[in-house]
Amino acid sequence: MNTIIFRTVSPVLVALTLLFSAFVTLRGHNEPGGGFIGGLIAASAFALYGLSHGVPTVRRALRFHPMEIAGFGLLLAGGAGLLSIVFARPFLTGLWTFPSVLGVEVALSTPLFFDLGVYFVVTGTMTSIALALEAREGGV
Amino acid sequence: MEPALAVLVGLFFATAFYLILSKKLIRILLGVAIMGNAVNLLIFTAGRLTREVPPIIALDAYTPPAGAANALPQALILTAIVISFSFFAFLLVLAFRAYQDLGTDDTDAMRVAEPVADAGPPQGY
Amino acid sequence: MPASTTAPTWILIALAAPFLAALVAPVLHRFAGRAAAWILAVVPFAAFLGFVSLVGEVAGGARLTTGLDWWPSYGVRFSVLVDGLSLAFALLVTGIGTLIVLYAGGYMKGHPQAGRFLSFMLLFMGAMLGLVLADDGITLFVMWEATSITSFLLIGFDHSRARARRAALQALVITGAGGLCLLAAVILIGGATGTRTLSEVVMTGDQIRASTLYLPIFLLVLGAAFTKSAQVPLHVWLPNAMEAPTPVSAYLHSATMVKAGVYLLMRLHPVLGGTPEWTTVLPIAGGATLIVGTLMAVRQTDLKLMLAQTTVASLGLLVLLVGVSTDAAIVGAVGYLLAHAFFKGALFMVAGTIDHEAGTRDVTKLGGLRTLMPVTFASALVAAVSMAGLPPMIGFVAKEALYLGLDDAGRWGLVVAAVVGNALMFVIGFAIALKPFLGPEVHTPKHAHEGPIELILGPIVLGAVGLGAALLLHGFAETLILPMAGAVAGRPVTADLHLIPTYVSMPLILSLATIGLGVLAYRSLSTLRASVDGVVRAVGWGPDRGFDQIVAGIVASAGAIVRIVQPGRLELYMAMVLGFVAVTIIAPMVLFDEGPSWPGVPAMRLTEVAVIGIAVAGLAAVLVAKTRLTAIVSLGIQGFAVAVLFVLFGAPDLAFTQFMVETLSVVILALVLTRLSLGERDHRPFRQKFWDGVVAGSVGLGFMLLLLKVTQAPFDRTLTDFYDAYSRTIAHGRNVVNVIIVDFRGLDTLGEIAVVMITGLAILALVRVKARAPILPTPEKGKRP
Repeated sequence: MNTIIFRTVSPVLVALTLLFSAFVTLRGHNEPGGGFIGGLIAASAFALYGLSHGVPTVRRALRFHPMEIAGFGLLLAGGAGLLSIVFARPFLTGLWTFPSVLGVEVALSTPLFFDLGVYFVVTGTMTSIALALEAREGGV
Repeated sequence: MEPALAVLVGLFFATAFYLILSKKLIRILLGVAIMGNAVNLLIFTAGRLTREVPPIIALDAYTPPAGAANALPQALILTAIVISFSFFAFLLVLAFRAYQDLGTDDTDAMRVAEPVADAGPPQGY
Repeated sequence: MPASTTAPTWILIALAAPFLAALVAPVLHRFAGRAAAWILAVVPFAAFLGFVSLVGEVAGGARLTTGLDWWPSYGVRFSVLVDGLSLAFALLVTGIGTLIVLYAGGYMKGHPQAGRFLSFMLLFMGAMLGLVLADDGITLFVMWEATSITSFLLIGFDHSRARARRAALQALVITGAGGLCLLAAVILIGGATGTRTLSEVVMTGDQIRASTLYLPIFLLVLGAAFTKSAQVPLHVWLPNAMEAPTPVSAYLHSATMVKAGVYLLMRLHPVLGGTPEWTTVLPIAGGATLIVGTLMAVRQTDLKLMLAQTTVASLGLLVLLVGVSTDAAIVGAVGYLLAHAFFKGALFMVAGTIDHEAGTRDVTKLGGLRTLMPVTFASALVAAVSMAGLPPMIGFVAKEALYLGLDDAGRWGLVVAAVVGNALMFVIGFAIALKPFLGPEVHTPKHAHEGPIELILGPIVLGAVGLGAALLLHGFAETLILPMAGAVAGRPVTADLHLIPTYVSMPLILSLATIGLGVLAYRSLSTLRASVDGVVRAVGWGPDRGFDQIVAGIVASAGAIVRIVQPGRLELYMAMVLGFVAVTIIAPMVLFDEGPSWPGVPAMRLTEVAVIGIAVAGLAAVLVAKTRLTAIVSLGIQGFAVAVLFVLFGAPDLAFTQFMVETLSVVILALVLTRLSLGERDHRPFRQKFWDGVVAGSVGLGFMLLLLKVTQAPFDRTLTDFYDAYSRTIAHGRNVVNVIIVDFRGLDTLGEIAVVMITGLAILALVRVKARAPILPTPEKGKRP
């Protein structure tokens, strides 16, 4: 796996894949895609990076432990659900607002943040699993 | 179309369980992975099949086009795929650790919880 | 029967008070020490005074009820009924309970667990009070079982001894089984009469006696009563229960709990009584218990065991009398029940005091205590006179009344049994009251002296009550005996009770015969003891050993079954589970002809046929793979084929996800498997492969048929239509699948991502655990923690 071509190409591939994962996640509400798929794509990007450059490099690049990212995602999803309580709606009721930024209408909603939470949970967990298995004996 | 997939689902289940009935950890793992697909296909087919048209609403419409696929089983399966994958990974690691700790990949030889020479329940008071 | 009136609500408080007192007892004992018992005794004493205040009203024929809704959807109420029967029992429970709490305080003085003991005693008291006052059948059952459980705790109080543990378990098993009979009986009564409220049930006697459910109800009630009230051969637990500290024996196993069975028979007498079954089964069982109990009592030398066996005998006598079912016999039963509670409670306390102060309760090792323990001696004598049925004690009145009842009913076989039994009880009574006290002083393990006030108060008070009840017989009968007998008979009862015989009647002749027989037997007690002992030894088997054999049999058969169904082989468990899955799916289809119809060959496109073919090929390749890598790649093939199927049938989201997951699966499988030298070849012998194939194939067939059947049924699109209609209009999303996941069913998704995260954490934990040395193979023989 440590061929020179693989090592050279993989950073570019990883960057593109991550970008793609964000794209897939954000468009998920209207077109095929969403947090689960995006998360899996992002996780495969990190797994790829781990195969080409070794697990420690990925961990340094990530800064946070993958499970911390997953925890953040769960918090985000739960928080997006809790926000509706502030507006006296049941837990997880979708709230929408359409502010205009630079003349372009932007759809902001709690389901969006919920989906981002899903994205982070799946990314974090799957990356954690992949890295744990890629690492040699006992290293995490 | 459904009958063909019904047969396929039957084959998936049969293969999965045939592997699970084996005593070797690897084959059991392969069986579990296939069983996940079998269940997903089962749910998918039970929600009826329609060709090609995804349940996505066009920009100028308010409902999916006529003849679009059933969205509900898809939503159920999508999360199921991810969850079954995480459990598969868990099982994989568990099997790996069991092999490391117990020194065998034969489930018949894993007798820590149920020792071969079981003395039976305690008698007396 | 008179209509019910509302009972004062303090009764509910009185019912709760012992439980609350039980809660504070350990703490109180820690801080107050010896005074704790005196403080705690206030609770039952206050309740006792309260119940005394109701005596006049109840004697006037009132029936008081009150209660709380407990489980309204099932019509279960926590309700109480105060009539002559329950009031008399409530007075016994609280009155003797007061004395027992004090006695326990003295008896357990200095014991490190005395607080716990007092707590259990109060718990029992609350349960027993609830039992006798319960108006609702379910409440009755709950309290019944509560007395069994507290009895278990008290018998096994000294849990460091195996004998105590065995006795506790035996009592729990036997009385618990009886409790289940009671529950079944209550449910059947509810079914037969439409009510489980006892005060209403007792008015439906004709309805139940005519019902086809009468026999099952009758047998179940007997099952409950005979286990609790220790009828032969279910009596074995009661003598064994003497492992408990003496206050327990005096309270639970003579005065109160063991009478719960008799109480149940008395309570249901207006409903079940008077039938040929009743008047045949009960007297025979009771008579047999009476004779066996007294003979076993003669055999004993341990004071407590002598008393326990006579308790068995007395319970037999009570069942016999209730079984005779005439008014006179019921009056005799009621009188004897009260008299027995007084004298047996007192004698147990005396036995406990002797044990406590002299260090032994073996009657052959005691003697000459009269000068050392004069008060105990006096109270023992008074109680023994009552037990022997001599004037001027209530025991005499009761015995005259019961002879009158038997004589009236003309059941001469029972009269003989009663005379013999009473004569033997006469013997035991005096053996207990005289043997330890008379004769030359014997060296005892402890230097005997009079017990403290707590220990001697109980016997004195109970002796005085036994005497006072006889001397003030008219009042006692009017206020307690007759109202209670009336409640048992189901109609007002009159009786001619007398302390001093005014003319020579049959009961008097029988009494004299009893006394004569008793004196004769007392003089030849040791010969009698030796001969009974010889017979018992010659038989060599009793219900007690039978209990052990049954338990051992259950354990052995359970072990045998476990060895069959849990052989410790995973593939057998799986085969069993899968076999059942196949049967549960296929069997109904075959039995009820519900199978799918022949679908015909579907019209398929070439791509679809190709993809399905690839999937099948992938499956086959996994099965026949000879190397790890082949197996993993084949697994990937079937997975990708499934993904393509999703694309073909309008599920791009699923296809996307499936592609990613299959890729990751293959990667991590390869990662793990390269580090293992697991044998991936299938080493199953052909025979097993065949059977595994049969099991797996039938499950597969089952799912195939199920799916065919499902897809042939009409399809309900309600939910799908809902999501299609509102996905864009209210959730502002055009991808319906995604909208369902993040919005409509967001709570599900939240749970699911939590699960995903937990598996991630679990995997981390598993990976981080340091590998240990292999712990197999070391099959140690027969070692179990």
